[in-house]
Amino acid sequence: MVMVSTSATAAAQVALSDVEVLRIRNDFPVLDQEVNGRPLVYLDSGATSQNPRSVLEAEQEFYELRNAAVHRGAHHLAVQATDAFEDARATVAGFVGVAEDELVWTANATAGLNLLAYAFSNASVGTVRGEAGRFALGPGDEVLVTEMEHHANLIPWQELCRRTGATLKFIPIDDDGALRLEEAARLITGRTRILAFTHASNVLGTINPVAELVALARAAGALVVLDACQSVPHLPLDFKALDVDFAVFSGHKMLAPTGIGGVYGRRELLNAMPPFLTGGSMITTVTMEKAEYLPAPQRFEAGTQPISQAVALAAAANYLHETGMERIAGWEASLGQRLVTGLSAIDGIRVVGPAAGVERLGLAAFDVAGVHAHDVGQYLDSMGIAVRVGHHCAQPLHRRLGLTATTRASTYLYNTTEEVDLLLEAVAQVRPYFGVAGTGASK
Amino acid sequence: MSALDAMYQQLILEHAKSRSGSDLTADEATSMPHQPGVGQCHQLNPVCGDEITLRLELEAAGSQPTVKGIHWHGDGCAISMASASILSELSEGASPDELKEMIGHFRELMRSRGRLEPDDEILGDAAALAGVAKYPARVKCAMLAWVAAEDALRQAVASGR
Repeated sequence: MVMVSTSATAAAQVALSDVEVLRIRNDFPVLDQEVNGRPLVYLDSGATSQNPRSVLEAEQEFYELRNAAVHRGAHHLAVQATDAFEDARATVAGFVGVAEDELVWTANATAGLNLLAYAFSNASVGTVRGEAGRFALGPGDEVLVTEMEHHANLIPWQELCRRTGATLKFIPIDDDGALRLEEAARLITGRTRILAFTHASNVLGTINPVAELVALARAAGALVVLDACQSVPHLPLDFKALDVDFAVFSGHKMLAPTGIGGVYGRRELLNAMPPFLTGGSMITTVTMEKAEYLPAPQRFEAGTQPISQAVALAAAANYLHETGMERIAGWEASLGQRLVTGLSAIDGIRVVGPAAGVERLGLAAFDVAGVHAHDVGQYLDSMGIAVRVGHHCAQPLHRRLGLTATTRASTYLYNTTEEVDLLLEAVAQVRPYFGVAGTGASK
Repeated sequence: MSALDAMYQQLILEHAKSRSGSDLTADEATSMPHQPGVGQCHQLNPVCGDEITLRLELEAAGSQPTVKGIHWHGDGCAISMASASILSELSEGASPDELKEMIGHFRELMRSRGRLEPDDEILGDAAALAGVAKYPARVKCAMLAWVAAEDALRQAVASGR
């Protein structure tokens, strides 16, 4: 168990304040509304985040002034659109610490993970020629994930293993939701070809020790795929510094619109990988018999791309960068602690994941004894509070925790301490409302 | 009464706790009965994990069979559990046609977004679930047991004597 580190404490000193957050909120039109007669308290950013005006305007401006197909056509608008599209790539690549040609646009993190799994799959079938052979999987090979994965970082690997005959294994978690590193050390062997794990859990809020896991994978010669869906929006990070081979993230969880996300891959790996989707815009020479492919990133960007969404994602990255990721992370860490401490103090509430005082994202998922998560969410909605209920696309994790569903409150840079307190007050009313107070606390 | 209170009426919360008919064991829920006049159906709402396995048994009574009982095994929110409980009580002694009418009326009510008034004559306690219709995300919860009963009834009639 890792206690809050000194660097996290330092970050907390430069964290945003409630005063600044109130100013930030003015940039988010959607937050300024009433739900069921009360001010909206949006605590579901772990599912999807809201958009600041600058992001909405960037997308609109693109359509009003520069809309055209990219990487084809020689007319003025085509050049303008291509520049905007590639400038956006440079901005977002810089935001996550990688080179422009190492960032492939995808629809979202799920699409990114499927791109990787299918590229490996394509390397595994037929007569593999040349460099793609290094990605081929077969019987005897192993793919390793963790017990805390979102279905998006589980099912593509299940399917890859089913298609290739490789074996899927997982690193278990302990009761506090931390990966069991001694088990990881035992499970990562010469047979492990791919280690795919989440940087931060969307349910537990656990932040996984990337360096330790990468070191184990490197020693075994395995490729590392990082699901950075919950970390890119909330933590300062640099994929190069993390030394992973691949990473995926989603735009809509980091203030951008839906339909845009990214896959990072080390240049030499991307250029050796077979494509997943094929078609227009990703080729050099095509005959009736075969085609030659462009290098990355175009190699993986067949068909018309989400251009305005990429432009908007760059605006979102700029917004986050200007606000300061250290300061955002520090603020959310304090909100996360306030959530865990406050929720744990309420009778009949069991928070899953790290205990109070231990590092976690600014989110908390919890069980309310005697009340199903769906009913909890309905009660909170009546108070204007938006949370996520259900298994959060992590059924195996919930099964491990002995639960079928939880309620999750997840914060972002626009949430105030007052909003967290409103949630805590409302949650304290749930068991009395459903008439189960004082009975069957499952702690 | 607020919309929330209209959905979570005392009667609903009581049924959610008492769970009439929830005496099918986990073992029974995983094995199909294969008896004449008995049908069984499993339903799952993947959104929230609500789950039910419902067994419906017919008995011969004069010229027409009637529902001898509905027994179920399930886990879920207050709405889905109360709905199963009410259905279990309501269906006892109903003819297949009466139960079909009940299910049809309940489905219409749930899909009405609150525009239809429940017919208490047909629905009895299930009329108290009318408030759910205003919450489209919860209609599936309320329908879970009824969809299961519809299929179990079809099987029971098909396998009947």
